Amino acid sequence: MHNTNGHKPPGGRIGDDTVIWVEGLAKEYRVYDKPEGLGASLRGLFRRTSRLVEALKGVSLTVNRGEFVALLGPNGAGKTTFLKLLSGIITPSRGTARVLGHVPWERADDFRRRFALVMGQRNQLWWDLPAAESFRLHKEIYRLDAARYERVRDELVDLLGVRKLILQPVRELSLGERMKLELVAALLHEPEVLFLDEPTIGLDVVAQHTIHEFLRHVQAERRTTVMLTTHYMKDVAALCERVMVITHGDILYDGSLAEIVDRFTTHKIVTLDLDEPPAPGALERYGFPCEIRGPQVVMRIDRSRIADVLPEILRGAGVRDVSVEDVPLEEIVAGLFRSGDARPAEPAEAPA
Amino acid sequence: MTTAAPTTAAGPGPLAELATRLRIWWTMLAICLEERLAYRGDFILGTAMRFLPIVTQVFLWTAVFAATSRADIAGYSKTDIVAYYLLTMVTRAFSSMPGLAGGISRSIRDGSIKKYLVQPVDYVSFLLAARIAHKLVYYAVAILPFAAVFWICRSYFPPLPDATAIAAFVASLLLSFLLGFFMEATLGMLGFWVLEVSSIVFAYMLVQYLLSGHMFPIDMLAGIPTGIAGIDVADVVRWLPFEYTAYFPAAVWLGKVQGAELGRALAIEAAWVVVMAVACRIVWWRGTRRYSAYGG
Repeated sequence: MHNTNGHKPPGGRIGDDTVIWVEGLAKEYRVYDKPEGLGASLRGLFRRTSRLVEALKGVSLTVNRGEFVALLGPNGAGKTTFLKLLSGIITPSRGTARVLGHVPWERADDFRRRFALVMGQRNQLWWDLPAAESFRLHKEIYRLDAARYERVRDELVDLLGVRKLILQPVRELSLGERMKLELVAALLHEPEVLFLDEPTIGLDVVAQHTIHEFLRHVQAERRTTVMLTTHYMKDVAALCERVMVITHGDILYDGSLAEIVDRFTTHKIVTLDLDEPPAPGALERYGFPCEIRGPQVVMRIDRSRIADVLPEILRGAGVRDVSVEDVPLEEIVAGLFRSGDARPAEPAEAPA
Repeated sequence: MTTAAPTTAAGPGPLAELATRLRIWWTMLAICLEERLAYRGDFILGTAMRFLPIVTQVFLWTAVFAATSRADIAGYSKTDIVAYYLLTMVTRAFSSMPGLAGGISRSIRDGSIKKYLVQPVDYVSFLLAARIAHKLVYYAVAILPFAAVFWICRSYFPPLPDATAIAAFVASLLLSFLLGFFMEATLGMLGFWVLEVSSIVFAYMLVQYLLSGHMFPIDMLAGIPTGIAGIDVADVVRWLPFEYTAYFPAAVWLGKVQGAELGRALAIEAAWVVVMAVACRIVWWRGTRRYSAYGG
């Protein structure tokens, strides 16, 4: 279904359900080198050297209504640039895009009333005022019907359990509380598309969990199309059916979460609880024992062999317990990030 | 385009659209008012400090008049001078925009300007609402010290001017607010091109200080030749926007500008408001295009 090599446009057709359509989208930045030292800085006043950095190199994809997409990638991979392009904050160097039928960077009001972006802290809420006031302003600028606005607001604050906080100045709130209220502010106008840039960064486990539950509920209820960037695999596992891995401005993988495990792992992790520590070399014929801690052994076993090997191990004496798991998602994704690094990524040199 | 496009004929009628915009605007104003009220303490101290420079001005001019045998300088007696400086304080209370340019350029630098690109709201309208709120709160706090100072100094003022002059004074003050706003907002948006606008703002303040009448009444420049026959410095300054942000309203109150000259000056002031409002739009539009192309 989903295109998985990232280079070719995924059909390029716009269906009835297509919410985001992107074709060859590229963004280059000119960055100026700031040499070290005072002397070099002074010379830099007269002659600056600059480079073109390709933050995004011709990305193509389509996203249908109601999809929940995770953008993964190391820092500087182009994830945020991509979200900025789709929200119309920046214009591309090449390529084009439609979000809800609009070219985002034309910033038509009709488009802007139908999506939301949450990027960074101190985003939409007024710092010195209670969030309720920011919500009221949103009601006006998004031209919301009063009764509907109140119903949506009450539903959102109750889902996140923040009703008591909306009358407190935002500056007095914790990071997690602020993020929850940012999400409420972003969803008041019931956007059809929601872009989230690292919504759970720096939050504790409980707050992360609350936000997951909230997003899942809202998304299912409204069929909102959500695209989020994150570094936490917990976010991905909890929320997203579709995963895109971006490195060096390119889509390296685009497909389902299940498929990523399937395609990029060759083995499973098998943990054995034995009666006594195994004899040296006793387990090597089944697979690779990566950790032996007394009677507990963690092994990597080839996936193709697991069905044959496992009964054999269990038949052997002294196995008290066994568990078979997939390689952790973090590890798979980290591997993908590294495989992206192997690609040549030479920025074009150009004097200013 | 970031400015709100007028709704199409198929949408709600123009009156309903206007009503919606007014509501948006009113809410922005109300929220900005609330935010400013959180800082009222600053205002009280700031207002008191504003009266300090005028004391030194009075001392300076007392010394000037003591050193000359003339009863007036360029048509200003010693009491006129005191009245003039007090009146320019009123003008400046309308036209000065503390923190406006710096605030805009900061929001460009730290990226918080993004919000106004993403939300269906017009940034310039929003800034204007915020500034009106800022001024209203300031006047509410400052009116007492202002009234006290003017009452103490009442003997320096000529008798109350006629109704025309008072109306022209009020009009010139309101225009000076808009003029100051659009000039500083435009300067702040230069932050789209340069990292730090503070040096530009400083240069602007310097020119402003000299040519607005904040430092001395502009008509004192009359008779200073520019080198072009028949044109003196005051003639040039009259066509620039600066004197309308301090000198002009004060001069109207003191009856220095009357009749046809008054009408012409008000027209020049209004024209500058339009020019700067358009300039502000253009700079916003081009600036956001540049921002979108280079950074974000």
